[in-house]
Amino acid sequence: MDVLEIKDLRASAGGKEILKGIDLTVNAGEVHAVMGPNGSGKSTLAQVLAGHPAYEVTGGSVTYRGQNLLELEPEVRAQAGVFLAFQYPVEIPGITNAYFLRAAYNEIRKARGLEEVDSMDFLDRLEEKLKIVDWEPEIMSRAVNSGFSGGEKKRNEILQMAVLEPTLAILDETDSGLDIDALRIVAAGVNKLRRPDNAIIVVTHYQRLLNYIVPDFVHVLSNGRIVKSGGKELALELEARGYEWLEDAVGAAS
Amino acid sequence: MTETFVQEFATRAGTATAEGPEWLEPVRRAAMQRFARTGFPPARDEEWRFTPIAPIAQGSWRPATGGAGRLSRQQLEPFVFGHADWATLVFVNGVYYESFSAGGSLPPGLRVASLAETLRSDGALLESHLTRHAPVEGSPFTALNTALMREGGVVHVAAGIDLAAPVHLLFVTTAEAGGTVAHPRNLIVVERGARASLIESYVTLAPGQSYWSNPVTEVAVAAGAWVEHTRIQRESESAYHVGLTQVDQQRDSHYRSFSLAMGGALARHTLHVRLNDENVETLMYGLYVTRGDQVADNHTAIYHDRPNCRSWEVYKGILDGRSRAVFNGKVFVKPEAQKTDAKQTNRNLLLSDGARVDTKPQLEIFADDVKCTHGATVGRLDEVARFYARSRGIPAAAADRLLTYAFAAEVVAEVALAPVREELDRLVLDRLGGL
Repeated sequence: MDVLEIKDLRASAGGKEILKGIDLTVNAGEVHAVMGPNGSGKSTLAQVLAGHPAYEVTGGSVTYRGQNLLELEPEVRAQAGVFLAFQYPVEIPGITNAYFLRAAYNEIRKARGLEEVDSMDFLDRLEEKLKIVDWEPEIMSRAVNSGFSGGEKKRNEILQMAVLEPTLAILDETDSGLDIDALRIVAAGVNKLRRPDNAIIVVTHYQRLLNYIVPDFVHVLSNGRIVKSGGKELALELEARGYEWLEDAVGAAS
Repeated sequence: MTETFVQEFATRAGTATAEGPEWLEPVRRAAMQRFARTGFPPARDEEWRFTPIAPIAQGSWRPATGGAGRLSRQQLEPFVFGHADWATLVFVNGVYYESFSAGGSLPPGLRVASLAETLRSDGALLESHLTRHAPVEGSPFTALNTALMREGGVVHVAAGIDLAAPVHLLFVTTAEAGGTVAHPRNLIVVERGARASLIESYVTLAPGQSYWSNPVTEVAVAAGAWVEHTRIQRESESAYHVGLTQVDQQRDSHYRSFSLAMGGALARHTLHVRLNDENVETLMYGLYVTRGDQVADNHTAIYHDRPNCRSWEVYKGILDGRSRAVFNGKVFVKPEAQKTDAKQTNRNLLLSDGARVDTKPQLEIFADDVKCTHGATVGRLDEVARFYARSRGIPAAAADRLLTYAFAAEVVAEVALAPVREELDRLVLDRLGGL
């Protein structure tokens, strides 16, 4: 079943076109990697799917489980099961991690007509989720991402993903700024969350992450378009030959 | 208006000895003379430039004379926040009411009494402290308070005593406060090595009433003492409040203050802390939350007179409607105050287009081996944080409330004593309309 169908998606920021016609279909149970050099539009694609207000969609369509995703507010997208793991998770001093995550969890439950859970129930549910990212409960009493290391911030994104159980998770440069141990923990967490009924888009610059989160498909983004798609071996080829090879080929073809 | 106060003073002068010890009379008289000479601060006075005191200066104010006749204990319950067992002095419209106060079984070494009673019974304590910390030259409001003060709380914590529960000085106004002025005068003395927590609350049961509170609180922190002082100002939003807290700290002492300001048409709090000896630590936290046409004014000054001291100040404001805030933070570092470590921060969150902030850090540093920094910001809710919360399923309006609360909660978290912190947290949350 299609989770996501993107057709000729165009988007701009500050009057500058960044996405210039993206086509991409993602089915349940699949992991897609979107790769590309800096400035190719990878992060823009991730943010547009989550509904970041700084981007203006100028053309094309995005259908998520049969709904027009683009007309939904960011919170409604999240309530419908879309999750973006931020490249730069935001620090919110003053609110505990537990409070923030429970607020999100309850909003999503409310939107789905489910009963909200109190803080004791929530902590019970949290216990198994914390294991997914190999964390102790103490992390929940710290302020959201406040003073967290780069690795802790990314782990926190995966913890949120584990709790909110999205149908479509978009991981934006989740590997950036991670040392190898943190990378292993984060990737192992994501792998535990792979299910036949959800889909994951991994946005990354480097092949490294894909050694741990093995994708079913790899797409290469260049200058706002997908210029090549293939299986997981495409990532290895990119690692060996760099992005220039593809950009040159595209330049020659057009 | 100045003449009215002079007259009031003259009328009371004959009964002065009944009210207080002999030494106090000339102090009061000098204060009155000073006020009669200066009057209220003129608009050009730099210290008062941003504080619109005209409604006070031009108003006609009768002395507050109590009136707790119809008041019940239940009405006071929300203000003692569930801790009826804490030593609490209750003042209603400027007058002390023993019947509402608690603290029959005070721990040894703690003395808590009303000023009027202490003036009659313990002249010695008062003589060495009362009016010795807050100079009448400081401001006409202090002079007026000194001349006309009748009531307030006196707290004395003996050397080495570690108080488990805070002492609460609670000033309540009722509908009968309309058109009146009260000059509460508090004295807090924490002796050598003692540890104490104090709460000073200004609250109202008459949210629409216009009255004027002119309190002065003197705090003496002896060597090695530890003091947490929480000030909660929730006056009527049609009332005026001009208050001074004057603190003197001795060697190795720790004083931390938290000043919450949510009430008043105009509410100003001046906090002056003098670091009189070495190795002193001072923490000053503040939060003001305003709406409508409220004006919240905080003037703070830290006097680093001696070496090796540390001061840390964070004041935050949340402004809505057409409200205004003034922040003026002075740090004075004397030439001999080497190795001073002082940091001052003022951060403001504007929730509306009509709100306005005047913030002015003022550092005067005459020592060369010091670390002094300051910073001020005025801004809106962070768009990225807003998107982050929304991307987790939290609706825009709830995300705004959450982030606004988070902004406030960060500074409330600095209050050391848990039950006080939790109460402040609840007050702020209530005021911001919940989460």
